[in-house]
Amino acid sequence: MSGVRVLVGTRKGAFILTSDGGRGRWKVDGPHFAGWEIYHLKGSPADPDRLYASQSSAWFGQIIQRSDDGGRTWSPPGGGPTTTPEGMPIGQSNRFAYDVSPETGRPLTTHQWYDGTQHPWEFKRVWHLEPSPTDPDLVYAGVEDAALFRSADGGRTWGELAGLRGHESGPGWQPGAGGMGLHTIVLDPGDPRRIFIAISAAGVFRSDDGGETWAPKNRGLRSQYIPDPDAPVGHCVHRIAMHPSRPDTLFMQKHWDVMRTDDGGETWREVSGDLPSDFGFPIDVHAHEPETVYVVPIKSDSEHYPPEGRLRVYRSRTGGDAWEPLTEGLPQADCYVNVLRDAMCVDQLYPCGVYFGTTGGQVYVSPDGGDRWTPIVRDLPAVLSVEVQTLP
Amino acid sequence: MIRVALPFHLRNLAGATGDVVLSVEGPATQRAVLDALEARFPVLRGTIRDQETQRRRAFLRFFACRRDLSLEDPDAPLPADVAEGREPFLVVGAVAGG
Repeated sequence: MSGVRVLVGTRKGAFILTSDGGRGRWKVDGPHFAGWEIYHLKGSPADPDRLYASQSSAWFGQIIQRSDDGGRTWSPPGGGPTTTPEGMPIGQSNRFAYDVSPETGRPLTTHQWYDGTQHPWEFKRVWHLEPSPTDPDLVYAGVEDAALFRSADGGRTWGELAGLRGHESGPGWQPGAGGMGLHTIVLDPGDPRRIFIAISAAGVFRSDDGGETWAPKNRGLRSQYIPDPDAPVGHCVHRIAMHPSRPDTLFMQKHWDVMRTDDGGETWREVSGDLPSDFGFPIDVHAHEPETVYVVPIKSDSEHYPPEGRLRVYRSRTGGDAWEPLTEGLPQADCYVNVLRDAMCVDQLYPCGVYFGTTGGQVYVSPDGGDRWTPIVRDLPAVLSVEVQTLP
Repeated sequence: MIRVALPFHLRNLAGATGDVVLSVEGPATQRAVLDALEARFPVLRGTIRDQETQRRRAFLRFFACRRDLSLEDPDAPLPADVAEGREPFLVVGAVAGG
């Protein structure tokens, strides 16, 4: 019987939750990297034993960790006592240096700062790691200040895909209150040259040449919190999701509004429909039903908790517009947690399992596509990310 | 030999137990000690000093012999008691945060 491995990043470490395909009995392993913020960890679709984790700390900065045995043991790739021929330590796996080389023609640019001045890009942390669907050693990292990095050697070394930051709109990008992070990376499973990314608060960009050049894809977004609500860049996109069978259709949870595109981001239309609030963070698509979408409405950007203190996942089976609340097993009174952008995912089993984690430390599973929910764990540190691997 | 006392998380990251004992070639300075530390434990690169600027990270301090050396010139000689191994060079994390 197949099983699942749920990778949970929290404010104080990583946890690995495993179950058989029934998804009713769980083993909890952790904390790994105890005391560190784990913004994200994710497994390689090409090799389920290969996991990557972003470990960070305001004190000590960024560490990249890798496991080659499904999370039993971890080590920083290339972090051992290895040296260059000159005798210098290598230790490059933690190094995220913005590309300023003259060969690429991308000097270190600046972006818009809170006080209206231009501010140089400063690396703060890795928000999201996206392994290639086909190559376990190829992995992308979305970082704050917003940029996209790529490693082709299993995380030992990282290089910036500087065409994104060097886009002509870059000097106009601004951080939101949560920083200026590149938090979403969507790889087209049918075309390795096509990559979508999303930045708060710049919006969606797409590359059709493997990350060399980029174009903003925000037509149709309207945001009242920027001077020109229809501006091509400047939108606070919270998350985008794609069903692998329909790479031109993406769903978006924006700061406000749930959106969809059916032409690879060329145009977006709102599908918030009858949601009680169209503010929220995560969005995901059912593994086997490309028109079934999940969101977690949050009351507002001023009150980051569920409307009426009732934790409800909303499901649309029509690709948006018409939504139904999913409440069975979720707290329906006095619940004031949040669900962050990387903290929802789906497995590949039948029926499809849906998972999400909260800032209150709960991780919930629904093994039946959202009809019924149960907590796997209730008392973890605040959950930052949840990913699931479907194991053979 | 120079002794370096690391904070809890960096000891764990390096897999070190207790103080780290280092051999430093040439004059014992902050830079020489941290270079030797990173050469021994490459995973610590970037955790104490920024990888690009080599400046001390904001929430760390360097103490020794009851003095705060954080703002000293990184190429200034360390106190003799540190250079000769009688006192440790302390890397200390700020007591703040949740």
